[in-house]
Amino acid sequence: MIVPAEFYLILATILFFIGVFGFFTRRNLISLLVSTELMLNAVDINFAVFNAYSHPEQLEGFFFTMFGIGIAAAETAVAIAIIINVFRNAKSIHIKNLRNLKH
Amino acid sequence: MELLSTNILIFAALALFMATAAFAAVTTSRMMRAVTYLLFVLFGTAGIYFMLHYTFLGAVQIIVYAGGIVVLFIFAALLIGKGTIDVTHTSKMRYFAGLLTSVSGMLITLYLIVTGGFSTDKFTADGVPMKVVGTALMGTDKHNYVLTFEVLSILLLACMVGAIMIARKK
Repeated sequence: MIVPAEFYLILATILFFIGVFGFFTRRNLISLLVSTELMLNAVDINFAVFNAYSHPEQLEGFFFTMFGIGIAAAETAVAIAIIINVFRNAKSIHIKNLRNLKH
Repeated sequence: MELLSTNILIFAALALFMATAAFAAVTTSRMMRAVTYLLFVLFGTAGIYFMLHYTFLGAVQIIVYAGGIVVLFIFAALLIGKGTIDVTHTSKMRYFAGLLTSVSGMLITLYLIVTGGFSTDKFTADGVPMKVVGTALMGTDKHNYVLTFEVLSILLLACMVGAIMIARKK
């Protein structure tokens, strides 16, 4: 027999909230980006699981996951460019040194 | 019956591996280690896609995520160097607030999933043939995605230009 869909959803939930935890507690721009990637990844798992278990004939979740991976790649490239630029200007990527971005 | 236990066992091993690596990725103090643990999680996700018989998706996951994005992360961590050590969390207060938020959110979501009763019993171990993926990506009918595909290519082009503009020296 196959693995029940709920098992995959539980795994995705755990991964997502580990990402949320990291996003709230880490104080470093690259760590924040790593946490965001964890969350995005959990959502991608959910899309694929709902496609496979609920509507296997339509492939909508399949393509959502694929486009999600592509958009995550684009987002990461721009975010890392921004982080490197911030490091070049502020000599640090720690959150507490980036107060100037607030106003 | 034998197949059942094998599938569940593989899933359990994969899930344990991914959850451990994800937790290590958000708690370790060194950036290179965090990125490496993230790589483990991404490989585990590819394993999940293989378990769902979405082999093309698993291949995309390994090539784009584990191959491309992690290289970007490692590149950034090495460029930034000494500044990447995330010494400690700012305050105990913030740490426990984050812990409380994520644990309560996780409990609520898990409760909803367990009691939700999704009608998710149509799973077949057929997978998706490559020809179906190709025609759906390039077709213009219902449930075809040529417009999304083209918009995504424009987005990637814009991202490349934007990343070069942002990161270049003045």
